[in-house]
Amino acid sequence: MRHDHLITARQLSRADIETVLDRAAEFDADPAAYGDRHPGALLGLLFFEPSTRTKMSFETAMKRLGGDVVDMGSVESSSVKKGESLADTVRVIEGYADALVLRHPRQGAAKLTGEYVDVPLLNAGDGAGHHPTQTLLDLYTIRENAGLDDLTIGIMGDLKYGRTVHSLAHALTNFDAHQHFISPESLQIPRSVRYDLHESGAMVREHTDLTDILPELDVLYVTRIQRERFPDENEYHAVAGEYQIDAETLEAASDDLTVMHPLPRVDEIAADVDDTDHAKYFEQAHNGVPVRMALLDLLLGDSE
Amino acid sequence: MSDHELRVSKIRDGTVIDHVPGGQALNVLVILDIDGTGGEQVSIGMNVPSDRLGRKDIVKVEGRELSQDEVDVLSLIAPDATINIVRDYEVIDKHRLERPDHVRGVLSCPNRNCITTDEEPVDSKFEVLPDGVRCEYCETIIREKIPDHIGSA
Repeated sequence: MRHDHLITARQLSRADIETVLDRAAEFDADPAAYGDRHPGALLGLLFFEPSTRTKMSFETAMKRLGGDVVDMGSVESSSVKKGESLADTVRVIEGYADALVLRHPRQGAAKLTGEYVDVPLLNAGDGAGHHPTQTLLDLYTIRENAGLDDLTIGIMGDLKYGRTVHSLAHALTNFDAHQHFISPESLQIPRSVRYDLHESGAMVREHTDLTDILPELDVLYVTRIQRERFPDENEYHAVAGEYQIDAETLEAASDDLTVMHPLPRVDEIAADVDDTDHAKYFEQAHNGVPVRMALLDLLLGDSE
Repeated sequence: MSDHELRVSKIRDGTVIDHVPGGQALNVLVILDIDGTGGEQVSIGMNVPSDRLGRKDIVKVEGRELSQDEVDVLSLIAPDATINIVRDYEVIDKHRLERPDHVRGVLSCPNRNCITTDEEPVDSKFEVLPDGVRCEYCETIIREKIPDHIGSA
């Protein structure tokens, strides 16, 4: 993967994924021991949308490897506000950094950027498109808790606009995974993802209700249903309530069920789930650092 | 003069695109980027009776032999079209369209949140699927009414 871009999870083979996760496990064992790995390396952060976890974990990962970050800052304070195109912005900033991380509200922004820059590019979310680095930390969390083969996973919530869902569904086609999509009909997975899953022969079923499938699941991956996806407030409340879980909901689940969420959550996972053994979403968020350390290490290559 | 000669052979040199679905002739010109400013003589027959299609359009471009690459993109809207290359009033080559793997700069992406709809210096690019096209940037798939999306930045 050296000197390559990570635009979408579709480009990841099973071998690629396992390479990243194995390297992440090494870093995870002692994250503070790798400060001489990439001394002086600079990671350019281009976040055209707000981000807390993704941005901070990339920053932490780069600094853990002995490097540093250069941050474009908010769109409000940048030349983008003056009307500069993305293509121009990234061609300038690639001259300042050894690798770039991009988050952008438009789908396809990372693909476009990858056509203009030569340094490694990591897509940290492009609109409702993809979020492959989140997927790698999701896979790391699943591997640690449930294993990636012979896996039955439920993915619930906003599957239409949820970029973490799209990337995760693509990546899981590399494994022996049964995927159950649970969502209101208006937020089912988009046609393009369904097409890819069909082409790859993925084992997929779609549901509008969690109840029947919950006892079979090894992992339940919950995502937020956003209010702005619904034209009517009442409709939002009626629908969103159907896809919220609490400790009582999980009484019907396997004792070994792993509950995940890319965060931030609002009310789709009640706070009483946090105290159960099912809750792995904070561990999942912490895994962002070793996984992004592994990705940066592989993309930057040997420091010698 | 036979019906065939009237509609197909009556140009001296150039290209005749036959068996275009009725009503799509103007889209053929848009796709081929022929708008009259290049000086080509262009004749169009619309809704001509056809045994095979019921009604068909015919586009005749005088003085220009269109290459296979140029015309294959027409398969998106006219999969059954035939291309006749005419020299000195004779059809010297006649062939069907081949479906291309990709089309560039012809279609506009219907996804309003696609980066290609922004003010970026980029042509639209679509992968051609067996039953539609797919934006190579945002991955949106179009299966229905592809001609409605002709006309890109």
